[in-house]
Amino acid sequence: MTSYSVELNDLVKYFGRRLIFDGINYSFESGHVYGISGPNGSGKSTLVKIIACLISPTKGKVKHTFAGKVVEEEALHNYLGFVSPYLFLYDEFTAEENLAHVSKVRGIKFNKERSDFLLSEFNLYERRNDLLRGFSSGMKQRLKFAFALLHEPQLLILDEPTSNLDSSGKEKVYEFIQSEGKTKVVLVASNEETDLALCEKIVELRDFKNQASRK
Amino acid sequence: MKSFALFRKDWESELRTRYAINALAMFVLVTISVIMFSVGDEKISEYLTGGLLWVVIFFSAMSGLSRAFVSEEERGTTLTLQLIASPTTIFSGKLLFNLILVFLMNIAITVLFSMLFESFLIKNVSLFLIAFFLGNIGIAISSTMIAAIISKASSKGTLYPVLSFPILLPLILTLLELTKFSMDGNSISGSTIEIAVLFSYDVIMGTASYLLFDFIWKD
Repeated sequence: MTSYSVELNDLVKYFGRRLIFDGINYSFESGHVYGISGPNGSGKSTLVKIIACLISPTKGKVKHTFAGKVVEEEALHNYLGFVSPYLFLYDEFTAEENLAHVSKVRGIKFNKERSDFLLSEFNLYERRNDLLRGFSSGMKQRLKFAFALLHEPQLLILDEPTSNLDSSGKEKVYEFIQSEGKTKVVLVASNEETDLALCEKIVELRDFKNQASRK
Repeated sequence: MKSFALFRKDWESELRTRYAINALAMFVLVTISVIMFSVGDEKISEYLTGGLLWVVIFFSAMSGLSRAFVSEEERGTTLTLQLIASPTTIFSGKLLFNLILVFLMNIAITVLFSMLFESFLIKNVSLFLIAFFLGNIGIAISSTMIAAIISKASSKGTLYPVLSFPILLPLILTLLELTKFSMDGNSISGSTIEIAVLFSYDVIMGTASYLLFDFIWKD
């Protein structure tokens, strides 16, 4: 049994005195693609950051479990792949150097085969030895997917995954979401209807603004 | 190993961007030049050169060591680090980077001082080396921790020296005392209290930094 799950228990988040969301109870399981939607400012990015343990909730808990064992926060980065518009890689390194450094800092051997595969899939193989400072925003977005998928994570969090991507880039991302979603937990936070169309279940953040809760 | 990998990433990045090295080199050169112009042909006392050495080291540390975290924050790569490593790994990697930088910078400053100031004469070199070694470790640990704190603030430039002053003051005062002892030719056994203070400072700051870094690093 190697399934991954994330449980959100009574999550509440305030920024100062402003309530972002209240009483989120939800559970995400392997083998599904989940959507997180809501209008601008509804807290989609805040929620995914809380799930990724990058920020703390004001109240409530997030519990990650892999193969029946609780995943400690210190080790979460080994199970997590994250893509977002506010994620930046190192401009002074090439695409391949970025992936190699990231692997080594994670404590895993750099898998050149996997790296080449992902760079080819996202149409960056020819530019793998170019510095990132020469990349367009769309190319940087594609590289973020290689960064997120390189260590074959069990939980994939995609915040606005198709921003800056052209139609072929979007198609490739959708392909990956569908294939990864068969065995892993995939969370897509977006307002794009095409992004959310891939999701089997959708968490609508508008419903969690006024002490509402649901399972 | 993960910390070493992070150190290597930072070192390679530093060699390409020269974020900290250029700032440090320019600061050291300008400061020493200003001191030399101010002194002119005057003969300054041994103790004064010892004091000036640590003043230059203190302010050089202020100008360069904050880059470890500030550069990540400015480039927006803090999130990337959070996604690939635990807080302990990040602190260890950044500390290793600052340790190397502090040692290189302070060796260069000390060599320049001994070449340019005739009155900078150390009679007990072993005692000075012990103080230098423990002092550099203390400066690196404190600066790394303060850099992590100020990287989240909006007015980084002013906050760094303001926060550093009270934290580094006991260290600098002890280092000044030990430098004076080494200039007087005092023995190591006669300076055990000051060495113990330096050692304790390093241990306390190191332990406190590892315990507190998690809270600073996460929002």
